[in-house]
Amino acid sequence: MKTYPCPWLLSFAIAASVSACGQPNQNTATSPDSPKVASNSRLATIKSRGKLICGINGEVPGFSFINEKGEYSGLDVDLCRGIAAALFDDPSQVEFRKLSAQERFTALQSGEVDVLSRNTTWTLSRDTSQGLEFAPTTFYDGQGMMVRKDKGITKLADFAGKSVCVLAGTTTEQNLADQMRKVGVKNYSPVASDDVDALYAAYQAGRCEGVSSDRSQLIARRSVLPEPQAHILLKEVMSKEPLGPVVADNDTVWFDVVKWITYALIQGEEFDINSSNVTTFAGTQDPNIKRFLGTEGNLGEDMGLTNDFALRVIKHVGNYGEIYERNLGKPLGLERGLNQLWTKGGLLYSPPFR
Amino acid sequence: MKPSDKPTPLWRDTRFLGIFAQIVVLILVGALFGFFANNLATNFRLGFNLGLLFDPHRAASFDISDTVIPFSATDPIYKAILVGLLNSLRVMLSGIILATLLGILVGLGRLSNNWLVKTITLVYVDIFRNTPLLLQLFFWYAGVFLRLPTVENPKNIFNVLLLTNRGIGIVWPGLTLQTGLSILFLIISLIFLTFLYRQNLPFKIIQVIFMLTILIFCLALDWQLPKVNTSTGQITGGLILSPEFTSLLVGLTVYTSAFIAEVVRAGVASVNQGQWEAAKALGLKPHLVMQLVIFPQALRVIIPPLTSEFLNLAKNSSLASATLYKDVYAVAYTIFEKTGRALEMMLVVMVTYLIINLVIALGMNWFNQRVQIKER
Repeated sequence: MKTYPCPWLLSFAIAASVSACGQPNQNTATSPDSPKVASNSRLATIKSRGKLICGINGEVPGFSFINEKGEYSGLDVDLCRGIAAALFDDPSQVEFRKLSAQERFTALQSGEVDVLSRNTTWTLSRDTSQGLEFAPTTFYDGQGMMVRKDKGITKLADFAGKSVCVLAGTTTEQNLADQMRKVGVKNYSPVASDDVDALYAAYQAGRCEGVSSDRSQLIARRSVLPEPQAHILLKEVMSKEPLGPVVADNDTVWFDVVKWITYALIQGEEFDINSSNVTTFAGTQDPNIKRFLGTEGNLGEDMGLTNDFALRVIKHVGNYGEIYERNLGKPLGLERGLNQLWTKGGLLYSPPFR
Repeated sequence: MKPSDKPTPLWRDTRFLGIFAQIVVLILVGALFGFFANNLATNFRLGFNLGLLFDPHRAASFDISDTVIPFSATDPIYKAILVGLLNSLRVMLSGIILATLLGILVGLGRLSNNWLVKTITLVYVDIFRNTPLLLQLFFWYAGVFLRLPTVENPKNIFNVLLLTNRGIGIVWPGLTLQTGLSILFLIISLIFLTFLYRQNLPFKIIQVIFMLTILIFCLALDWQLPKVNTSTGQITGGLILSPEFTSLLVGLTVYTSAFIAEVVRAGVASVNQGQWEAAKALGLKPHLVMQLVIFPQALRVIIPPLTSEFLNLAKNSSLASATLYKDVYAVAYTIFEKTGRALEMMLVVMVTYLIINLVIALGMNWFNQRVQIKER
């Protein structure tokens, strides 16, 4: 019997090409396990790459939305730009990845994005068992319910037998179930979607009497509905929703960087340092401000950045107050509320820069 | 010197080359699987735990509407998956039945001599077969079923069909004593009819009695008319289909029926022209030619490709999230997001679809064996 080597050579070639394709996967699969040493930190990866990859929502005006210039803008987006400014002195060195609620954590854990700035609620289980690390809260929110004014619905208990549009796979969906159980409404029907746009389209078409989400998101989305004044928010606040940037677990170097850049925004506002007056502080005698801006001490370099990282952030994106006013205050008329400095009755508080 | 005296060099020995290539391929394939297994093992080390599904202390803590069995947020996680599975099976089963019926109709329409029927079915097949299913699902949901009238001013068609974007109400027999009695009546009548048939009564008389029985049965059912309850704004009575379910069902049915139509057309066209002529020569009427001679023979060609269309429909039902329908995939995804257990949930979903499809394939193979020519 005669054997022809040709088919075997062919399968050899196929096998070779398949295993070649497998190669890059191996690199990405092992990288999230490795950052335990400082040089292995994601910070080094980002610096050598020359730009930050930031996971955002992209569908919530005021937080992350495409503006009339065709660029992403919003509070979450400005945070990414702030980190890029601290790292590269250039807020444009960011690549944005639009992620759905369900994709976001996998994208972070697998290292596809460096940081997640995507209105993500800080909860115990996410912080502990899901391998995430939450940087300081940048927006204190609460879950609300939006209804059409003319439906005569004034409280959650009115939802017996009615339907609610809600985002699938989020704390929102679970809070809604909890609250409905609390007020004794058993026969409401949730219409859940993992796509924000599809959800508000269903609400707009009258598929649901109400739509439930974070109150800030409801106000933001109301502004882009055809008749914003025809919709109201119920008074009930269903939950605590502290939203902030998230990084993957087991990389304290990178976590610290994100954490302190976020604090720099808050501390900047507390010092009354903003993007227009930041240069006038160069000759200040206040040692606290000197340390903050990096003219004294070695705070930045000790964490792997430059000493003037806070100066860079504030110069390029402004302090927290400016970011808030630019994205939420002026365009949406959203009150500061809890998102005010601790000195003015809010919850924003930065530990000392020293 | 004879050529066979000189030994063949190793690199030109086909037997050696064959064995060598086999060993190399084996090593490469082994390395590939080893890499995957290693990756999996790394993930397992992060804490693989299927036990959470059955942990009675862990409630699902999310609600699902439009379910086959009752479900509440306090139920355990495995029940949420079961609810999703039943939702999936519901859409798969009704989709397969409707797509087959519609597909056969369209497929036969393609072979019609009537120009209008032929052209309409051709356009139907070409449109639905050549556009992506996901797009069609978006169209059915956002473009058709969400655009139905609101619940405040519903479209009521002769009281039997109620169209709103909150749901579609269809007149349907309620599960009452009256319905039970009429089903009992139908069963007794059918037994009686079989008895009459055995007595060699004229076929016409049996036909008339049969028609009467069916008529009485239909009238005696406890029909429930769909109505809108104006105080709650919900539809009550009859069969209520949510827009999410309906758009998924319609989308899958229409898409798959276009493929089935082509399968049916090919099957009928494969029957030898002589069979048509022979049947006509026997004096059979056109519809009997199709029913008794052509279609049974076409079935032998139709069944195997039809099986893959059924399998496709079952798998395509996982696109349910496009119409906001909670199928097993959507439920598993929600649980995965809640618990962070991606690997476990993906495994559950994979096994689920595998089992469903194996069952469909087994059933269809059994059916296929029955319709094949028995060679004795």
